[in-house]
Amino acid sequence: MGSENEGFEEAHLYASREEMENLVLDDPLNNNDNDNNSNNNNNNNNNSNSSINGKSYSAYRSAMSSLSDTHHPLSSPILATSAESDPLLSPPRFRDLRNPNAPESSYIEPPAYSDVIFCPFEGDNVSDVNGVESPSRNSDFSGRFSRSPSSSSSSTSSEYLKITVSNPQKEQENSNSIVPGGNTYVTYLISTRTNISDFGGSEFGVRRRFRDVVTLSDRLTESYRGLFIPPRPDKSVVESQVMQKQEFVEQRRVALEKYLRRLAAHPMIRRSDELKVFLQVQGKLPLPTTTDVASRMLDGAVKLPKQLLGESTVLAPHEVVQPAKGGRDLLRLFKELKQSMANDWMGSRPAVVEEDKEFLEKKERVNDLELQLSNASQQAEALVKAQQDMGETLGELGLAFIKLTKFENEEAVFNSQRVRAADMKGFATAAVKASRFYRELNAQTVKHLDMLHEYLGLMLAVHNAFTDRSSALLTVQTLLSELSSLESKAEKLEAASSKIFGGDKSRVRKIDELKDTIRVTEDAKNVAIREYERIKENNRSELERLDRERKADFLTMLKGFVLNQFSGGLGNPNESPTRGALGREACALLHSWIL
Amino acid sequence: MISTNRTLSASSQSPRSPSSQPPYLSVSVTDPVKLGNGVQAYISYRVITKTNFPEYQGPEKIVIRRYSDFVWLRDRLFEKYKGIFIPPLPEKSAVEKFRFSAEFIEMRRQALDIFVNRIASHHALQQSEDLRTFLQADEETMERLRAHETGIFKKPSDLMQIFKDVQSKVSDVVLGKEKPVEESDPEYEKLKHYIFELENHLAEAQKHAYRLVKRHRELGQSLSDFGKAVKLLGACEGNSLGKAFSELGAKSETLSVKLQKEAHQLLMNFEEPLKDYVRAVQSIKATITERANAFRRQCELTETIKLKEINLNKLSLIRSDKVGEAEMEYNELKAESEEATRLFESIVRLMNEELVQFQERKTLDMGIAFNEFARGQARLANGIADAWRSLLPKLEACSST
Repeated sequence: MGSENEGFEEAHLYASREEMENLVLDDPLNNNDNDNNSNNNNNNNNNSNSSINGKSYSAYRSAMSSLSDTHHPLSSPILATSAESDPLLSPPRFRDLRNPNAPESSYIEPPAYSDVIFCPFEGDNVSDVNGVESPSRNSDFSGRFSRSPSSSSSSTSSEYLKITVSNPQKEQENSNSIVPGGNTYVTYLISTRTNISDFGGSEFGVRRRFRDVVTLSDRLTESYRGLFIPPRPDKSVVESQVMQKQEFVEQRRVALEKYLRRLAAHPMIRRSDELKVFLQVQGKLPLPTTTDVASRMLDGAVKLPKQLLGESTVLAPHEVVQPAKGGRDLLRLFKELKQSMANDWMGSRPAVVEEDKEFLEKKERVNDLELQLSNASQQAEALVKAQQDMGETLGELGLAFIKLTKFENEEAVFNSQRVRAADMKGFATAAVKASRFYRELNAQTVKHLDMLHEYLGLMLAVHNAFTDRSSALLTVQTLLSELSSLESKAEKLEAASSKIFGGDKSRVRKIDELKDTIRVTEDAKNVAIREYERIKENNRSELERLDRERKADFLTMLKGFVLNQFSGGLGNPNESPTRGALGREACALLHSWIL
Repeated sequence: MISTNRTLSASSQSPRSPSSQPPYLSVSVTDPVKLGNGVQAYISYRVITKTNFPEYQGPEKIVIRRYSDFVWLRDRLFEKYKGIFIPPLPEKSAVEKFRFSAEFIEMRRQALDIFVNRIASHHALQQSEDLRTFLQADEETMERLRAHETGIFKKPSDLMQIFKDVQSKVSDVVLGKEKPVEESDPEYEKLKHYIFELENHLAEAQKHAYRLVKRHRELGQSLSDFGKAVKLLGACEGNSLGKAFSELGAKSETLSVKLQKEAHQLLMNFEEPLKDYVRAVQSIKATITERANAFRRQCELTETIKLKEINLNKLSLIRSDKVGEAEMEYNELKAESEEATRLFESIVRLMNEELVQFQERKTLDMGIAFNEFARGQARLANGIADAWRSLLPKLEACSST
C-alpha cells in the first residue's frame, strides 16, 4: 500500500524539480503558460513560500521555513528542491507563477462548487489582473480592490497595472566618501506592465532605491489627504552589515512589491502623477525629497523672527492646503495649537465643528473594527502555529517509526518482528503523509487568513486619513478665529480713527494694511474650507469603498478558509470531498489492517 | 498481515489484556476512589476476580487494593520467577500536581488492569501463590504484607545478599578481576544489544507520541480562541458578513471540542500502549540483570568449589580428622553450585520462551495501537471535513444577501 504511493510521489517530485530548473530561465516578464497541476508543485510552492511571506509574523515565517528544514526519508526530493527554492539563488516568484491559482482552484474547489459564481482564484486566472503572478495572497487582495466584488469570477477589468519588484543590486554612492566602498545602497528593478493610456507605454522598468519609495510615499500623503493610502514598508534601523544581507534584501523586496501593488490597486492613486513618475522616469526620481525639511527648518528659523515682529503674519493660501509642519510653519503651528487648546479646554465652540454624526459613528466603528481585527489576527497566527506544530510532530513521529522499522528489520530474529516492522512502516508512511497534509493545509490557511492582516495594516491608512481631516478642520477653525480677531481689530481702529477729525494718517495706513491682511486671510480661509470639504468627501468615499471591498474580501477569505480546511492538502479534486486527505490516508491504513 | 488471532477480551478488560480460555481467571481493576487526607491521600481500586481455578476460594471475589499492593505483587513475582518477563507496572507519579488528575488516574487504572490480567493469563505466573494472596486476601493482611516488604528494614536474606555482592565485588578487585564475569554467548550479546537499543528507539517514539497528544490539545485550544475572536469580529461587522463570521466562529469552537476528545483517545489508545512497550522492555532489562547475577553466582560457586576440592584433597592427605567437616562443607557447596547452575539454566530457558511470546505479543499490541490511531485520525478528519462542509451553504447564503 504505502510503497506504491511513495514511488508515485517521488517520481512526480523529480519531475517537478526539472520543471523548476527550466522555469528559472524564463524571462521574468513573461506570463508563464505552464499550467502544471501536480501536487508536488504545491510542495515546492510551500518551500518557496517560505521566503515570499515576508510579513513580520514569525509564526508564518517559521511555518514556511521549517518546510525546508525537516528531513523526511520518504521525501528527500523535497529536501533537494527546497535548496533550489532558496530565493537568494534564484527568484522564486517564477516558480510560483504556475502554481498558485491553477492547482489551488483545482483542489480547493470540489466539483459541486465549480460552477458556482464564487471562484476565488479562477477569477485571477482569467483576468490578467494585478497579482496573478505573485504567490502572495496580498496580490490577490490588491487585485480584488480594483474589481467590483459582485462579479468576482469572470469579470476582467479592462485596464490593469501590474508592478513587479526584482533584481536587487548593490550600487555605490557617487560622492567621495572617506570610507572606501562605503555608502553602498541597494536598488531594485521596478517593472511595470500596463494598458492604461496615461502611461504612454505598455512595458517599462526603472531602478529605484528605498529612499525613493519613502519620497513617493511622503508626496502621496501630502497630495491625497483624506484617502486611505496604503502604508509604506518600514524604514529599518539596522546596521549597514544587516542591510546588505540577502535575507533582509529579500524581505524588503517582497515588502516593496506588496506596497507598490497596493498603490496600483487604489483607484485614485494609480492615476496619480507621483506614481507615474516613480514608475516611469529613468534616473533620478523627480519628486521633492523629504530632506527638504532641512531647508524648511532653516527657512522657518529665518521667517520666525519676522513673523514674531509682526511683519508678515499672513498665511499664504497655497500653504493652507497642507497641515502645519515643523520648520517653516512654526508660527502657524503655534496658532493652531492655541486654537485646539481653545477648542478643548476653554469650552469655546469654534465656528465650524465636526458635525457629521454619521462620520463620528463610522469612526467609532472603525476603531472597534481595528480592535477586533487585531484580536482575530493574533488568534489566526496562533492557529497557524498550532497547525504547523501538529504537522511537525506528526512528521517526527513518522520518522521515529521509520527508524524503528529499520532497526527491527536489521535485528530480526523472529518473524513476528518482521511483521511488526512492516506494520510500523505502513504507519510511518501514513504519519509522514499526514504531516505533509498539515503543512499544505497551513500554507493555504496562511494565505487566506492573511486577509485579516491586510486590513489591519490598512487601519493605519484610515487613521491617517482621519487625521488629515481633523488637522484640516483645525486649520479652518484657526483661520476663522484669526479672521474674526483681525476684523474686530480693524473695527476698533476704524472706530478710534473716526473720532479724530481729519483722519489719522498712521491709523489709516494701519487700517489699510489690516484690510489687506484680512483679504488674504479671507482667501486662505476659503481655500482651507474647500480643502476641508475635499478631505471630507475623500473620507466618505473611501469609507464606502472600504466597507464594500472589505465585505467582499472577507467573504472570499472565509469561503477560501473553509474550503481549504476540508478539502485541502494532498487531495484529488475529483474525489468526494467528504473526507480530508488525512482521513483518506487513515482509511486506507484501516483497510489494510482489516483485510 | 495481522492474523485474526487477535483476541479482544471481555468488556471489563482493555483490549490489550488477553483473555483466557476455560479454565479461566479474569480480573478487572475498576472504580478508583480517593481515600485519606492531605499528604497521605491515595487512590484505591476495586479488584474483581472471576475464576474457576480450584486453588481459589470461590468463583468471584472483590477486594480493595492500592498502588503499593500492586508493587508488592510485582516484586514478589520478580523474586520468585526469575527468567520470566514480569509484566510492567505504571510509574509512580513524579509530579505531585497530577497525582489526582482524572486523566492520570484513568491511565493508571487501565495500566494496572492490564498488568494483573497479563499475570493471570501467563501459564506460569497465574499459578503463583502471591497472586492468589493479592486477589483474595483481606485488606489488613495485605497491609501487613505490604508494609513488611516495602519497609525500610529489609529482610535479613536481602541484606545477606547485598553483603555477599559487595564481598564478591571487593574480592574481584583485589584479585585483579576488574570486570564482572559475563556470558560469552554471541547470540545473547546480540539480544542484549537489541533490547538496549530497542528501549532507546521506543522511548523516542513514545516521546513524539506524547507530543502529538499535546499538539492535538493545543490545536483544539487555538481553534477555540480563534472561534471566539472571529465571533467578536462578526459582532463588530454586523449584517450578513457578521453572520458569516459568527457561523465560522461557532464551527471553530465545535471543532475544538472534537480535537480535545481525539487528544484523549490518542493518549489512551496510542501513547499509553507505546509507553507500555517501553516499560515491558525495561522489565526485560531487569531480567537480563537477574540472569547476569545468576551467571556470576554460578561462576563464583564453580570457582569456589574448585578451590574447596583442592583444599579437600590437601586435607585428606594431611589431617584426616578435619576431612569430615571439609567434606560436608564441600558437599553443601556442591549442592549450592548445582542449584545455582539449575537456576541459571532455567533462566536461560525461560528467557528464550518468553522472548518468542514477547515479540509476538508486541506485534499484536502495536497492530492494535496503529489501528486505533488510524481510526481516531479518520474519525477526526471526517468530523472536521463534515463540520466545515456544512458551513459552506451558510456562507453562500451570506454572500448572496
